[in-house]
Amino acid sequence: MKPVDFDYEQAKSVDEAITLLTQSADALILAGGQTLGPMLNLRLVQPELLVDITRIDELVRVEASTTHVTIGACVSHAAVEDRRIADLGHDFLARVAGGIGYRAVRNRGTLGGSVANADPAADWVSCFAALDAEILVSGQSGQRIVKIDDFLVGAMETTIGTGELINGIRMPRLGASVRCGYAKISRKPGEFADAIAAIVHDPDRGCCRVVVGATDGLPLLLDNDALGLGPAVALPAVLDPGPVRDHLAWHMPVPDLYRLNVQCAVLQRALADAHAFPS
Amino acid sequence: MSTHGVGASVLRKEDDRYLRGRGEFVGDIQLAGTRHVAFLRSPVAHGYLRNASIPNECRQQVFVADDLAAVAPIRAHSTLPGFKSSDQPVLASGKVRHVGELIAMCVADTRAEAEDIVDAIGVEIEELPVLSDMLAAREAGAPLVHEEWGDNVFLTTDFEQDLDPIIARAAASVTRTIRTARQSMSPLEGRGVLARWDSRLEQLVVYTSTQQPHIVRTGLSECLGIEHARIRVVAPDVGGGFGYKGILLPEEICLAWAAIKLGHPLKWLEDRRENLIASSNCREHHYTITVYGDANGKLLAIDAEATVDAGAYSSYPFSACLEAAQVVSILPGVYDLEGYRCRTYAVATNKPPILPYRGVARCGVCTALELMVDALARELAIEPTEVRFQSLIGPEQMPFNNITSKHFDSGDYPESLRQVIDTIDLDSIRSRQQRGEADGRRIGIGFAMYTEQGAHGTTVYANWGIPMVPGHEQCTARLTPDGGLELRIGAHSHGQGLETTLAQVAHEVLGIPLEQTRLIHGDTAITPYSTGTWGSRSMVMSGGAVACACDELARRVLRIGANLLQCPVEAVRLKDGAVQGAAGSIQLAEISRTWYLKPQELDTEADPAGLEVTAGYKPERDSGTFSYATHAAVIAVDPLTGEIELLDYVIAEDGGVLVNPMIVDGQILGGLAQGIGTALFEEMVYSTDGQPQASTLSEYLLPGPTEVPDAQIIHLETPSPYTRFGVKGIGEGGCIAPPAAITNAINDALRAIGVELSVLPVTPRRIVEAVAAASDSSLGKVTT
Repeated sequence: MKPVDFDYEQAKSVDEAITLLTQSADALILAGGQTLGPMLNLRLVQPELLVDITRIDELVRVEASTTHVTIGACVSHAAVEDRRIADLGHDFLARVAGGIGYRAVRNRGTLGGSVANADPAADWVSCFAALDAEILVSGQSGQRIVKIDDFLVGAMETTIGTGELINGIRMPRLGASVRCGYAKISRKPGEFADAIAAIVHDPDRGCCRVVVGATDGLPLLLDNDALGLGPAVALPAVLDPGPVRDHLAWHMPVPDLYRLNVQCAVLQRALADAHAFPS
Repeated sequence: MSTHGVGASVLRKEDDRYLRGRGEFVGDIQLAGTRHVAFLRSPVAHGYLRNASIPNECRQQVFVADDLAAVAPIRAHSTLPGFKSSDQPVLASGKVRHVGELIAMCVADTRAEAEDIVDAIGVEIEELPVLSDMLAAREAGAPLVHEEWGDNVFLTTDFEQDLDPIIARAAASVTRTIRTARQSMSPLEGRGVLARWDSRLEQLVVYTSTQQPHIVRTGLSECLGIEHARIRVVAPDVGGGFGYKGILLPEEICLAWAAIKLGHPLKWLEDRRENLIASSNCREHHYTITVYGDANGKLLAIDAEATVDAGAYSSYPFSACLEAAQVVSILPGVYDLEGYRCRTYAVATNKPPILPYRGVARCGVCTALELMVDALARELAIEPTEVRFQSLIGPEQMPFNNITSKHFDSGDYPESLRQVIDTIDLDSIRSRQQRGEADGRRIGIGFAMYTEQGAHGTTVYANWGIPMVPGHEQCTARLTPDGGLELRIGAHSHGQGLETTLAQVAHEVLGIPLEQTRLIHGDTAITPYSTGTWGSRSMVMSGGAVACACDELARRVLRIGANLLQCPVEAVRLKDGAVQGAAGSIQLAEISRTWYLKPQELDTEADPAGLEVTAGYKPERDSGTFSYATHAAVIAVDPLTGEIELLDYVIAEDGGVLVNPMIVDGQILGGLAQGIGTALFEEMVYSTDGQPQASTLSEYLLPGPTEVPDAQIIHLETPSPYTRFGVKGIGEGGCIAPPAAITNAINDALRAIGVELSVLPVTPRRIVEAVAAASDSSLGKVTT
């Protein structure tokens, strides 16, 4: 399969990219192409114009302050895996990045591209949800900042509008006593996950977010109270399987034994991961 | 053993070009003026073609069935009694019978533009009820794939015996339903065709990624109505065959027809989407099977009914019957049975036509029988290996004619089982199981055994009566004036390493260094006719032919050498690449040069036949060589998530004398990877309306490097009594047993919680559901 005939423009700046995007009714952003490439070839998308934003310097920046790290949308998974960017703490991002797809995918795939695509099985979607990250969105009228929970609206759906692009992802620096855990279950390494769990337990910032991903829709932020979790209590080594199972089953739109089992298992593994990494 | 002849693990000659990316595949061949083809394929599984609307601006670039009215349909008949033939139109006419069937051929300067034309064509299809399940297709009153048949059964095959007296003596019996999935063969290189008309020679030249260039030529000749002399088929480097390329393609016929009509070259390269949606074509078996055993665990009898989903048409040349008909003859496996009854059905459905995938029929048969061996052992509460020891054909019985008259040529089956048990250390696995696992997983061990009939020839295939029956295999061997050796064979090498192993065979006879021997294959213009590479036959058949041709070359070289040395031929011998006599020795290169360029130095009575020989070969018996092996897998399974880890894998195989043991190891490991795919990953699911549910490799999962364990391979060596050097075919065996060994291991692991799986692939979801069903079941034994 070969794509339909389309135009290609390499934007030199965010403003130029936004102008190009607004000039064409059927423009798509190329931010790494690891999903878009196959979709083009399968003709699942048939754009008039592709706007390549990967050469825009601003979008490969990394800004590190004492409280936050902002990563440009076109920073690759591999750059994170290779620890070429500032660490939030607990080596969390690098640990997640190393498990995304295959190295060839990580070389070209980008953080912004992944979160814009909003595939529920994408690692960054669950990871950013656990981190309570903010998405910086640039458009004709400037930049807006959207919390990840508001940015994602469903499977493959975000609040990004026409003529907008993701500029970067802003994440908090993690506290000294943070525990971060991440686990996924997939049929084989590099395959899309059947279940994901991401945990950020950061008492210094009063944060405890436990997320189950690779659902049919949005990442599921577990109810701390219902499960006895919270920033004020130590992160348990294991969760009581019964209540966890009930909690996950309650949130499953269509009952699915296999999905429920792997969600339960992956959550315990993410907890183990959080405790395995030296704090 | 010489260091470069038969038995030497020399590096493969062909790997230098492959590893440097210098192979030349169909997609690499560039011909000036080439235009590209994309096919409009049926979006529905079954229906009447009513109307195709083709935009006027591209009407000249689109070809449909009416345009190809003079082209004969593909017809692969079998003379087996009751076989119903199907006519497969090259482009669909009247009816479409599976998703992906060709409807129109679109030609443009680029593939993308050809696909634009495909998208612009509107096609109306009046949909018909779809047969997506072979068991439903067998039922009376089912919709018909081929109306004129009256039912959907290509062929029914029987082996009848009165089992009642044996059943009366049996201490135990078990009955199961076993199912294997439809798979899509996945060579790295898909199919591809480049066709052109050579106006100088008035000859059609077709480059195609095939295992059988000569058979494709014959098929093209029949369908296009052109004599063989005006067709040349070239199979260049081919990136994996596995049976996927053992077929005359409708696409080949379309491009050949259009190249003649349009006068410019045409290229079509299959993409992965076409591969998955239009050509998922193998392995789908269903068994209802009962085995009977005595109290010691000796297998007494098998009673089985097997159904094979043969898809919509009978493929050329192997036909729709080969798989199902072979099931009847090979289901008894490696065991000495008293009783056997089996009926098989090859059923037509609205799916792509079945093709023989590596380990044809044997993979399903081995899965069915070896799962039953373990089920019987569980029933009797004895070790599964004990049932096998009780039931195996013994070495003292060899050669052995089994219950279906298969002639097992040689071997020591129990010894291969013993060696695997020792190497994998069955006792330690049992102890570990007793201790349990700290992480909550369960450990299991599973065994499976099989024979692999290879190089079966004329008498076997004459019985099937399919469009081709192999006879003598030929080789043309030619000494060149500089002392080099050219070997020309009609079979094809696409991963088997024949460029190396056949040079080793020639070296064994003539002593010519491997680097001075070149194998020429894959071109009908310059190689002897052959049915091609399939059925684990090339080492036996082409190897034998190379040896025979080299024998004759040796005789001629000795005569010339004796002539030059002025001594009787009885006084010289061929050694180390030279003719040696009492008075001196002459290098082969000198003999060649003399024959071709300095004939004045030879006596007038020198043999005029020269230094080019075509010789034919057949083994002393053509009923086939019987390689065999025992596989054993140790796995860990997580009952909560269904995750499986392969902890250990051991294979003890006997392929007779191995020409190159390293290449054999490669064949076995590649087969193992494919067998793991069958066991755990590969499944083309069809919706009830016949739509394939995977169109990319993210939905159709293949095992990768991380899923294939580092297997230990043990070689036993029982030379074949019937073949040159005692070789046996081993190309397919690696993939036959893994599904059974791995599934048996999973069932062993889950036995204590009452779980037994018998549907392949054994996915995590199937395991989880079976575990849940077992815990819900008062019987505690559940088959999913």
